[in-house]
Amino acid sequence: MPLTLSELADDQPQDGGQPYLWTMNFGPQHPATHTTLRLVLKLDGERVADAIPDIGFLHSGFEKIGESLDFNQYVTVTDRMNYISPMSNNVAWHTAIEKLLGIEVTPRCSYIRTIICELMRISDHLLCLGAMGLDVGAFTHFMYAFNARETIYEIAEALCGARFTNSYTRVGGAMRDITPLVVNLIRDFLAELPPVMDDMDRLMGRNRIFVDRMQGVGVLTKEEAVDRSCTGPIARASGVVRDLRLDEPYLSYADFDFQICCAREGDCLARYHVRMAEMQESLKILHQAVENIPQGPVNVGPDRRSILPPPGKVWTTIEGLISHFELVMPNRGMSVPNEEVYCATESPNGELGFYIVGDGSPRAYRARCRPPSFIHFALFPHLIRGHTLSDVVAVLGSLNIIAAELDR
Amino acid sequence: MAVADLMDQVATTRLDELVSWCRKNSLWPMPFATACCGIELMAAGASRHDIARFGSEVFRFSPRQCDLMIVAGRVVMKMLPVLQRIWQQMPEPKWCISMGACASTGGVFDTYCVVQGIDRFIPVDMYVPGCPPRPEQLIQAVVDLQEKILREGTMFGKEFYIASRQQTKRALQEL
Amino acid sequence: MNMLPIEETVDALRAAFGDLPASEFRGTTRVVVPAEKIYDVLKLLKEKHQFDLLVDITCVDYLNYPGAKDRFGLVYLLAGTGANRRLTIRAFVNEPEPAVRSVVSLWKGANWLEREVWDMFGIQFEGHPDLRRILMPEEFAAFPLRKDYPLQGFGERHNFPVLKRGES
Repeated sequence: MPLTLSELADDQPQDGGQPYLWTMNFGPQHPATHTTLRLVLKLDGERVADAIPDIGFLHSGFEKIGESLDFNQYVTVTDRMNYISPMSNNVAWHTAIEKLLGIEVTPRCSYIRTIICELMRISDHLLCLGAMGLDVGAFTHFMYAFNARETIYEIAEALCGARFTNSYTRVGGAMRDITPLVVNLIRDFLAELPPVMDDMDRLMGRNRIFVDRMQGVGVLTKEEAVDRSCTGPIARASGVVRDLRLDEPYLSYADFDFQICCAREGDCLARYHVRMAEMQESLKILHQAVENIPQGPVNVGPDRRSILPPPGKVWTTIEGLISHFELVMPNRGMSVPNEEVYCATESPNGELGFYIVGDGSPRAYRARCRPPSFIHFALFPHLIRGHTLSDVVAVLGSLNIIAAELDR
Repeated sequence: MAVADLMDQVATTRLDELVSWCRKNSLWPMPFATACCGIELMAAGASRHDIARFGSEVFRFSPRQCDLMIVAGRVVMKMLPVLQRIWQQMPEPKWCISMGACASTGGVFDTYCVVQGIDRFIPVDMYVPGCPPRPEQLIQAVVDLQEKILREGTMFGKEFYIASRQQTKRALQEL
Repeated sequence: MNMLPIEETVDALRAAFGDLPASEFRGTTRVVVPAEKIYDVLKLLKEKHQFDLLVDITCVDYLNYPGAKDRFGLVYLLAGTGANRRLTIRAFVNEPEPAVRSVVSLWKGANWLEREVWDMFGIQFEGHPDLRRILMPEEFAAFPLRKDYPLQGFGERHNFPVLKRGES
């Protein structure tokens, strides 16, 4: 007898030992499991009676590495967490460190970080939607999304030399200042992206097949979303009006005029629409930010003893020399309070936060990453019960699970 | 007669070359994408750096239908048995490209769970350095592998047995 | 920042559970709670003070920390979606047999978070429906994020058979 959604209430496996249920392994090597995650599905014909996730196939000990690397060395490792939008992880890490140290970055740096966060948001949503399309069979949609992301890679390369895994931020500033070339590249990108998004929307947004596959699938109610600690586009698609950029403004988000994108239905189609709308809002922020970047230095001054001063200052001023010496000599380094702090940013996937315990040395004593993908993957069994096998890929795509953030 | 023997051998080497040429020009990759290198692998398959130009038209996800396994990304100890099983499921002749620093040597992650180089447990033909390597580097690796196949390839896969016998011989010499 | 003051919440907690040390650092309030009262404190915060979002559950191993008295510090990060406030609750547990009551019955999102703390630190959560390893393989014997476990491990990562050419 097929199990329907209304009969199933809880998190416990609902098979009751029935012998006709068929167990199927899905992953960890599977095109639709975005890299390495594994699901053991209990199927009743085509209907999924239960799904038991098995993770840890990419667990690399990120949090343990955080205890042996410097703050500026660990940023290279944070890149490799949510590798679809690496610079937003860098910004999240360094925002947390700067909160611990009590450093406030310069307005120019704040604007630059906001710009790169929004570019990374567009990049992440493009990949999520492209992969969602690819998983349900729309290969052209994936190609459009990847081609648009190549332009973002060009911007990142002009900014700091790497296409992705950039490690762009430093404590108190950034690796390199933004140049007029980068600003022009961003302006060109802002002009060329809207037609691409229109193309993508025309391919999928009102496509009968796509809508039928996504509507009503994987419904998450507002109470369930809050109960299961969801944040980000998944929570917003279920009606939770919470966006850290507006609720707890960090960087320069308070200067810009944009809206939170929410939906009410909480199904996969709602998550698709929320992500498309968030890309439009990011474009709005970028338009405002790129025209108004304040002048001034990118890094905080040498008196803050956190970032290497420019070589001119090092050789000509005593503060510069002392600051350079203090930061570079291995038995010195920046002075960190013996305190603990949690700082969250609105990453494209949800609330990405770092809980950092400082112990006086320039290495974190404990660097905990609060991973949105980990918490969202726990939703999966609840969302998939009662749906069919082909809905598994649709729901998995809409949750945007990045395995490296899932496992760390 | 000597000339007849020569004709036999010439036919076999020409056949080896023909078969290797066919194989190298249609290497179907099996993307074993675990982490960030997987995104560059996808970018190499996307429209800008098109790996399909070099014969790798389809990224088959079933190991039974592939001949080239591209391990892109770090392999952790929980994943290694899966990697080995997938390698064993691929039919001969098969080749392996280890893409990125993490697959080649463990990369940035010298930790309790990351395997420090998949070549400790799987035979690897090409290593692509980089973290992540650019798609052009991956395409260069595929092209280099194609040259290697043309150079050393035989119809019945004798080059793999020669390699493993040489390995045993060298190991015995070291003893 | 439009956060409401949380002094009233801290006062209410102190009224219900006795004198709890609380401090504030960089805008966040932290309250230290005895480990056996964690469930009741969190229940009160969820039901009466609108802290409906459990942001994270994590743990810190204070083995090498200067001036630490207890070994493990559990950290519960809470937030309120409606009122937009944050609060950090800390509890300390010690060896041997570190254990606290599970809060899965309050927030379902705590399920995997507590499994991860068990996997990485070895802290038992009494009442958890399914406490088993989540990130490490089932047969892994140690707790990796403890300070007495080395970064490179004890050789578990290379304990596998080698496949050679021509035989696989």
